[in-house]
Amino acid sequence: MTVKDVQKALELEVFGGKKGLDSEVTGGYVSDLLSDVMGNATEGLAWITLQTHLNVMAIASLKDLSTVILVNGNKPEEDMLEKANEENIPVLGTKLSTFEIAGKLYQLLNS
Amino acid sequence: MKLNFQVEGGNFAKAGVASSEVKKVLKKLGVPPMVIRRIVVALYEAEVNIVAHAQQGIISVDVRHDKVEIELRDKGPGIGDISQAMQEGFSTASEEVRAMGFGAGMGLPNIKKNADELNIESKVGEGTTVHITNYFAKP
Ligand SMILES: Nc1ncnc2c1ncn2[C@@H]1O[C@H](COP(=O)(O)OP(=O)(O)OP(=O)(O)O)[C@@H](O)[C@H]1O
Ligand SMILES: [Mg+2]
Repeated sequence: MTVKDVQKALELEVFGGKKGLDSEVTGGYVSDLLSDVMGNATEGLAWITLQTHLNVMAIASLKDLSTVILVNGNKPEEDMLEKANEENIPVLGTKLSTFEIAGKLYQLLNS
Repeated sequence: MKLNFQVEGGNFAKAGVASSEVKKVLKKLGVPPMVIRRIVVALYEAEVNIVAHAQQGIISVDVRHDKVEIELRDKGPGIGDISQAMQEGFSTASEEVRAMGFGAGMGLPNIKKNADELNIESKVGEGTTVHITNYFAKP
C-alpha cells in the first residue's frame, strides 16, 4: 500500500513532501521520543507523532521512513515543511488522536 | 576519504547535517544499506548529544575501503559517570530539550547497539570524545 492509498483511506491532509506519495508503507510506528524512533523504527514505516519540528524530518530521512502523520490537528513548522519537500517525504495530518489514527492505520494495513 | 563537520551546541536546526551527508557519501560508494543504517543511527545520536549537551564540537569521518572511523570531539560539561550515562533512561536533558522529544536517555544505548566498536573518553568540565568504528563487511 502506498502513502497515497493510506492518505486517501484515512482522509489525511497533505502538508508537503508530495513527491513521496508513491512510496510503499510497510507498517507504522507511534512515538514522540526521537531516539526511540531512531533506535526502533525500520525502513518504510509511517511515523505517527505530535512533534512538529525540523528534527522529525531528519530522522524520517535518515531512517528511510515512508511518511510522518501529525495528530490532534497539529501542523508542521515552516522548516519541517521545507525539509519534507526537499527530502520528498510526505507530511500528513489528522484531527484524530494518536490512539484513533494508529488504530485505523493498523486496521487498514492488516485488512 | 575524510569529512569534517563543526557542530554548535544548542543549534537543533543543524542537528543531523553530518549524518545525512555521511549517509549520502556511503550510499554513493555502494556500502550495503544495512551497514549504512547502523552507522547513521550511531552518528546521529552522537551528533545530537553534542547539540543537546555540549557547547561545540568537531566531527571527523574517515571513510576507508573496509570501514568508517568517526571521531566526535566536543567542548562541554563532560560526562562524570560514563557507565551511568550508558544506561537506558538516564538523561540530564533540559526541559526544553525534552519538549522536543529528545532526552529519553536512549541515545548512548542506540550508539552502543549500532557501533561495531565504541570508545568514549570524557573529562568533567572539559569535554567528551566519542570514537565509533563500523566495518562494511563482517570481519
Ligand atoms: N557529548 C556529551 N557531553 C556531555 N554529556 C553527555 C554527552 N553525551 C551524553 N551525555 C550525558 O549522557 C546522558 C545520556 O545520553 P543519551 O544520549 O543516552 O540520552 P539523552 O541525550 O539524554 O536523550 P536521548 O538521546 O534519548 O534524546 C545525557 O543526558 C548527558 O547527561
Ligand atoms: Mg542523546
